[in-house]
Amino acid sequence: MFDLDRWQEIFQTLSKNKLRTVLSGFTIAFAILLFTLLFGIGNGLKNTFAQQFAGDSDKSVYIRGGRTTKPFKGLQSGRRIQFKNDDSKFINENFENEIEFFSPNVERFNVLTIYKGEQNRYVVRGVYPDYQPLESAVIEQGRFLSYLDLEKKSKVVAIGRMVEKDLFGKFSALGKNITMDGISYKVIGVFSDPGGDRDERFIYTPFTTAQGMYRTNDYLDRFGLTYNPNLSVDEALAFSSQLTKLLKEKHNIHPRDQAAIRVQNYAEGTRNVQQFMGVLNVIILFIGIGTLVAGIIGISNIMVYIVKERTKELGIRKSLGATPRSIIGMIMTESIFITALAGYAGLMIGIFSLKAIGSSLEDYFIVNPSVETYVVVGATIVLIIAGTIAGYIPAKRAAKIKPIEALNAN
Amino acid sequence: MIEFKKLHKSYPIGKKDSLHVLKGLDLKINEGEFVSIMGSSGSGKSTLLNIVGLLDTHDEGEYFLNEQKIEKLDEKKAAILRNKFLGFVFQSFNLIGYKTALENVALPLYYKGVGRKERQETALKYLDKVGLKNWATHLPNELSGGQKQRVAIARALVTNPKVVLADEPTGALDSTTTDSVMELLTDINNEGMTVFVITHEEEVAEQTDRVVRLKDGVIISDEITEKGKLTGRYV
Repeated sequence: MFDLDRWQEIFQTLSKNKLRTVLSGFTIAFAILLFTLLFGIGNGLKNTFAQQFAGDSDKSVYIRGGRTTKPFKGLQSGRRIQFKNDDSKFINENFENEIEFFSPNVERFNVLTIYKGEQNRYVVRGVYPDYQPLESAVIEQGRFLSYLDLEKKSKVVAIGRMVEKDLFGKFSALGKNITMDGISYKVIGVFSDPGGDRDERFIYTPFTTAQGMYRTNDYLDRFGLTYNPNLSVDEALAFSSQLTKLLKEKHNIHPRDQAAIRVQNYAEGTRNVQQFMGVLNVIILFIGIGTLVAGIIGISNIMVYIVKERTKELGIRKSLGATPRSIIGMIMTESIFITALAGYAGLMIGIFSLKAIGSSLEDYFIVNPSVETYVVVGATIVLIIAGTIAGYIPAKRAAKIKPIEALNAN
Repeated sequence: MIEFKKLHKSYPIGKKDSLHVLKGLDLKINEGEFVSIMGSSGSGKSTLLNIVGLLDTHDEGEYFLNEQKIEKLDEKKAAILRNKFLGFVFQSFNLIGYKTALENVALPLYYKGVGRKERQETALKYLDKVGLKNWATHLPNELSGGQKQRVAIARALVTNPKVVLADEPTGALDSTTTDSVMELLTDINNEGMTVFVITHEEEVAEQTDRVVRLKDGVIISDEITEKGKLTGRYV
């Protein structure tokens, strides 16, 4: 299969005909460069959108109480809706199948937090262990809250990475005690959050601890939950409206009172983003394929021209004993070699350019522009096939020309 | 070595007409002969050479090359036969411009499947034979017309063929170089090689042993030259 002589012959032809080689190589390299840049930038755009929604699980639903705006069943408007622990039970009992993770939530803002000399104010949330997947928080050290912590109303906290940075500097916060509003809590875990700095300045403490500390009775502020991942977007939306309806009934709220219970369902946003990304994908694919096709046509044209230009040479080779097969083999190997090599070069230039300019494009909603390995491999394969076809047709034609006609060509 | 029986060849002109170029030629050339085909342009001499050289096909009649009947030859078989039996020398030299003299000479050996090192050695030997050993690394455009034709002759000889076919080998050369090229061909013939020259120049034909004159696709004469008589081959 590998014939050193044949390759030497081809290398010589390519290197002695530099302009021709460079010209055809350039066409291919440029097409692939464009293709790579386009795909990379398209992916960058997609990454931006993915990141915008990365802060929380994309299946999250948040419910908080508001004030009624319509009188109902003898109750006046302007009444404040206060959720309690029995609402947690109510939701869980009614929607066992629809809910994956669930956590009621007590929230306290501007909590003065002190560690030794350092102090700052943070949002403190009392939550269930389920809150971790809701926020998509990732434990970096230690652990998140447990049900045992809840049961014992332990004075423990899981703090965000930025809280640790603010208060502990370079040191680990794990196992240390911090003081929040004068009471000491032990740090049992440090987490990071794809939502960024804001989400990493939260402090989580067991729901029961926070409720005991900050709320009278069994009052709570809001619910966070994720719906069963098996639900479609439409089913998820139906679920949250059903949930709202039941809660309204339970709290004697007018069915069309929009302010009394505020529901934030990420499913809707997810659907829009998915549709947008789908359209973006199609556009990128379309333009990408267009670029490749243009490159293929370019290389085909050049190959036709090259074969025409070389007709006389091919005639000479034939008169010296070159078989049609060796002529086809020679032209095709040259073509495939140039396409593969130039295509690879274009690909590499593209990938490195993406790396080089990547970070400076963030202002233009393009984050981490890059191409996936399968796209790279796929494009290379397409190229090699294109090179084969681009080389084969003119090579076949060249091999068919009678040597005498080829020799007389000028 | 080469034998025709009632050889015909026509070329189509437009859709209906055809030009009858060779009209039933009968010719036999034996091994070791130095033959020239004379004729004015349009006499069919180039067509004849192309058919002999398997660069073109004949329509009717029979053609034997080295006792082998040539018919229904596909390109591959023709290529192999050309490589094995025939060496070409063209009026316009037909050297490959981007290859050095040595590489040009070595090319037929490449198609013969000879290894690289042996190719180089053999090619150099033949370049030496035509007196151009020192020009081995030069490109064709750095050589004079006579030198180019010598390179082409070395290339024709390198596979040690049965016949060297020369199509107006001196057509592009001045009289001094013409003589030196003809001397070279004579030397080759003296070593036993069959040489088949196409020309329209009397001076060139005179330096061969046998002259076949062609007119309008028909052989009008077939004579032994003065030089040929001296060889003692034709008695």
